Amino acid sequence: MRRGDFVRHVAWTGAGIAWVLGPDGVLRAADAAPGQFSFVQISDSHIGYMGPANTDVRATLQDAVTAINALPVQPAFVIHTGDVSHLSKQTEFDDARQILSTLRAPLLTIPGEHDVIGAEGPKRFAAMFARKDAAGRGWSSWDQGGVHFVALINVGEGETMGQLGDEQITWLEHDLAGRKPETPIVVFGHVPLFAVAPEWGWTTKDGTRALATLRRFAAVTVLNGHIHQIVEHREGAIRFATARATAWPQAAPGTAGAKPGPLAVAPGSLLGVLGYRTVELAGTPVWHDRTLAET
Amino acid sequence: MKTLIAAALLAAATPSPAPGPAGPTVHIRDDRFVPATLTVRVGESVTFVNDDDDAHTATADDNAWDSEGLNQGQRWTHVFGTAGNVAYHCTVHPTMHGTIVVRSAS
Repeated sequence: MRRGDFVRHVAWTGAGIAWVLGPDGVLRAADAAPGQFSFVQISDSHIGYMGPANTDVRATLQDAVTAINALPVQPAFVIHTGDVSHLSKQTEFDDARQILSTLRAPLLTIPGEHDVIGAEGPKRFAAMFARKDAAGRGWSSWDQGGVHFVALINVGEGETMGQLGDEQITWLEHDLAGRKPETPIVVFGHVPLFAVAPEWGWTTKDGTRALATLRRFAAVTVLNGHIHQIVEHREGAIRFATARATAWPQAAPGTAGAKPGPLAVAPGSLLGVLGYRTVELAGTPVWHDRTLAET
Repeated sequence: MKTLIAAALLAAATPSPAPGPAGPTVHIRDDRFVPATLTVRVGESVTFVNDDDDAHTATADDNAWDSEGLNQGQRWTHVFGTAGNVAYHCTVHPTMHGTIVVRSAS
């Protein structure tokens, strides 16, 4: 196991999530055996951004794709949890798609608030990336590898981001209604469903209503992007993890004098704060956050 | 098809609102509209300039107008043709709000 990996051990025992605490106080797990069901999460590529925090966002997205393509066992899918583009321009979506189309694994994508700017943004994103069988504004669910996956859309509802809306929450309640409590659930969204930093817009206003429908399940994992850094949180059997970006980092919540937005880091250190996440869900499920400097 | 052609001819014949005199500027800086409240006269333009290293929009709360995404250094101008208080926000940062107070020219 690489030093610096952010490793979490999630055992889908049916009785809940088991975490293995090492003697040094760090949660660890053995590497998964080859052939297990896995997927990859990438996020926040911001294709179209031009600024000091990353002078070539296309290159860093390509770095992530190259690293994923080099994994010894290809994931069942790669999910991009939003902010594919920076300004929802067609050229940005075109560039992103050109890079993402080189993934060996199938791609799933949900929008971030940067993908739904203006009247045309949502249409462009939908035309380029939305699942054809999605409901409502693009939310969807599917079963794969013994897991029930749910992809939520918590941007573009009204004038706000960080909001699911009544229609989607009702859909979620129906989607989960007939499922057994021991069914492992993995939920994707762009903005965190829990309150990371509401003053920075890092929360989902009606997230608690969605979480209420998830609490009866024994093992729930909620994976988000938006904040360009890893923050983990737990509420009962629900575990949350936000992901690194492929574009730039942001300040940690609560940092004195900081505000959300692109954060320029010291020259030569950018790849060490960008990355992707692999998640293995069978046998001994684990997730690893790897930086682009490690690949 | 006839309807489309007629609509196109009508659109071509309808004069665009005459641009008003060069108006004031709202700077988008540190996730705020500066000034947050700006008073102009009917027919005057307002230019929104993004000074931040982040994407912003200036979008009317009623969606009557929308700059769409602005990168750092980009600007967008809108002519305000009707008197009243016009509330707007940034769709990327919903905590950002501003108001244009449009007064009659008389």
